[in-house]
Amino acid sequence: MGGARLALGLTLSLILQPALPIFAQPTPPQPAAPPFVTGPEDGQWVIPQKNFANTRYSDLSEINTETVKNLQVAFTFSTGVNRGQESAPLVVGSTMYVLSPYPNILYALDLTQPGAPMKWQYNPKPAAAAQGVACCDVVNRGPTFANGRIYFTTLDAHVVAVNADTGEEVWKTKLGDINRGETMTMAPLIVRDKVFVGISGGEYGVRGWIEALNAEDGKSVWKAYNTGPDQDVKIGPTFKPFYDSDKGKDLGVTTWPADAWQQGGGTVWGWLSYDPDLNLLYHGTGNPGPWNPNQRPGDNKWTAGIFARDADTGEARWFYQTSPHDLHDWDNVNEMILLDMEWDGQPRKVMVHPGRTGFVYVIDRTNGEVLSAKPFHALTSVTGVDLKTGRLQTNPEKEPVNNRVIRDICPTAPGAKDWNPSAFSHKTGLLYIPHMNMCMDWESVEPNYIAGTPYIGAEVRMMPGPGGHMGEFTAWDIREGKELWTINERFPLWSGALATAGDVVFYGTMDGWFKAVHARSGEVLWQFKVDSGIIGQPTTYRGPDGKQYVAILSGVGGWAGSIVSADLDPRDGTAAKGFVNAMRELKNVTTKGGTLYVFKLP
Amino acid sequence: MRQLLILSLSVLALAACEREDREYRANPVTSETEEKIALSPLSAGPSGPTEQRSGLGQQYEENAYHIAQGKRLYIWFNCNGCHAHGGGDSGPPLLDDRWIYGGQIENIVQTIREGRPNGMPSFRGKVPDDQIWQIAAYVRSMGRNVPKPAAPGRNDDMHPGPAEQRRPPGEVMDGGQIPPAAQMPQ
Ligand code: HEC
Repeated sequence: MGGARLALGLTLSLILQPALPIFAQPTPPQPAAPPFVTGPEDGQWVIPQKNFANTRYSDLSEINTETVKNLQVAFTFSTGVNRGQESAPLVVGSTMYVLSPYPNILYALDLTQPGAPMKWQYNPKPAAAAQGVACCDVVNRGPTFANGRIYFTTLDAHVVAVNADTGEEVWKTKLGDINRGETMTMAPLIVRDKVFVGISGGEYGVRGWIEALNAEDGKSVWKAYNTGPDQDVKIGPTFKPFYDSDKGKDLGVTTWPADAWQQGGGTVWGWLSYDPDLNLLYHGTGNPGPWNPNQRPGDNKWTAGIFARDADTGEARWFYQTSPHDLHDWDNVNEMILLDMEWDGQPRKVMVHPGRTGFVYVIDRTNGEVLSAKPFHALTSVTGVDLKTGRLQTNPEKEPVNNRVIRDICPTAPGAKDWNPSAFSHKTGLLYIPHMNMCMDWESVEPNYIAGTPYIGAEVRMMPGPGGHMGEFTAWDIREGKELWTINERFPLWSGALATAGDVVFYGTMDGWFKAVHARSGEVLWQFKVDSGIIGQPTTYRGPDGKQYVAILSGVGGWAGSIVSADLDPRDGTAAKGFVNAMRELKNVTTKGGTLYVFKLP
Repeated sequence: MRQLLILSLSVLALAACEREDREYRANPVTSETEEKIALSPLSAGPSGPTEQRSGLGQQYEENAYHIAQGKRLYIWFNCNGCHAHGGGDSGPPLLDDRWIYGGQIENIVQTIREGRPNGMPSFRGKVPDDQIWQIAAYVRSMGRNVPKPAAPGRNDDMHPGPAEQRRPPGEVMDGGQIPPAAQMPQ
């Protein structure tokens, strides 16, 4: 069946579904980026998310629907590492910063010189043993610039601050222990004098947390756990969740079997957003541990949800759980895009969140109320979100039973969409979502907790979803809660998206195509074949010569691509937690890589 | 023809007796077998490396009981979390013919006991010595580097591929393959 599906996928891939006409601006208007991110474009790209609202939109428009067809390579650069490149190239002033996967080498490139030669490199020399406890390839999701420094995390759970001019280490601090399965892969977020980072390791029974460090010296300012007693979670009198199921004392303990919260997951490894007007930091929490839900009856607070916290103190303000008693590894780590929009005639401050559960959530970011949750993926295991209780509705037939293989569960463990971020165009008002189209078979088995080894308890086999293709790039109308157009791709989309004022949207595919598509029609305007599959985050900037450039890292890998980056054996469908079953063909179309590509107009 | 059949059946039956052989007095946790093995086919001086095997390895990998126990323990100690059912994950595949640290049973015992630098945990003191040998024998069976009658015949859980017994006999390349983890600068 898999073969037939795949063959079908081949013929369908790259075929555009008919584009719907965009109607003349109907009322009410499309959502808009909040004022705190709509200032004049400075032509830089200083944090992976581009801005605190996570819109990944640039006002540059030299590269537009007319000119994009002439894009050509300006320069390339090898990261020297052949593992999955999920990072975003940053540009600050006339310097570009590129961060490799483990061993997390930071390179600075001089954009004022022809060919952008290397200015310096900084090697934090992380512990090699950390590779064993990296669940999903040895990736890193990017460095962040602030206050004249580059901040980033290393696989062996250190945070470093490096002088952005000289490459000298300013401080380096250890926040986790690889012997307990703790690693770091996320891009930190810096707000004023604080660096926010979280721990990875939801597949190793890590107890998740987020921490604020002093940007000056790396000392801890506050730390909040996502399981356990209220005091550890920083839940106090100012915590006002919208739904009743999140109200009560010490739910981080009482919604678990005795002491299970100690290995309960709820890690923080995804995208952070920040609203300066509300002074709220938004972060997701990862899947509960272990994956096998039968080991942990209860809602497993505060995993698989969204926290809003006071950025200064870490005090929780509200929480919303996208997947209570999570059944299928649905971390809630995906991007939360902060927008302003009209809802039922009222202006609302919202966050838009395409979740692993298969729904695009529109949530009031002042109080955590879910305004809508509309599906963007084929669903068999979930049926909807009850807007009265906020609760995810699951299909009992697809719920895991120990030692029984349950078939055709959609979406899969990596979700309808994993970490790879969408982009929101300030101009079209649409959301561009790179995501998957996959289903899986799942068997729950009893896991053993042994510190420093995986704590999962599930056998998984993934396969293509309806239609046979595994990736989709979707333009999403947030207000209507529906897709406008979709481009099907043969392999899952594991790269981020970039939106620009030129009405061109960029993304990359795992078979190595970097694509520019029309933001309104979805027509592919330009594409370029790079040396290895793309799972990175495209960025754009204005160079010292005044021209617009677009940058992307190639180098396949990540959970989806580890069959190639870690050279896994395709004969075992359960390899890479079941992803290999769907990705066998990837070995025949691409090889490992690690190359920066930068494009410009002639 | 019929005689041949009877002959081969009785040979099979005899072999089956041995393949089920169990040892009831296992080594206590503290004791550790010490095989003299080399990780490299190259040695100083014209002759090959000096190695001395006690024959213990052969006993384990020709014995269906040990391999079956190894299969259970492989899951019990979470090897599958990092190596899946041999196809690999954060750890390298074990069912292929490429070995970083050697694919003989003695090498594998060493790997499990001591750990390896790019993220293979050391299980010394956590897993009793005889169980390490059983797990190593099972690892050998993944690529069918053990006799067919001794290899496991079916899976209790989701079938990732054909059972070990039905896989074609494998061949082990020398150690020293570059691990994916080592393919990096510095
Ligand atoms: C935390 C993850 C993890 C666990 C648990 C783990 N391994 Fe490993 N294993 C690795 C990694 C990573 C390597 C590669 C080490 C290197 O390249 O230095 C490895 C290497 C190996 C090798 C050497 C492969 C070769 O090509 O030489 C063998 C054999 C092996 N593991 C078997 C096991 C067995 C058996 C278990 C259970 C007792 C186990 N592993 C548990 C991560 C793990």
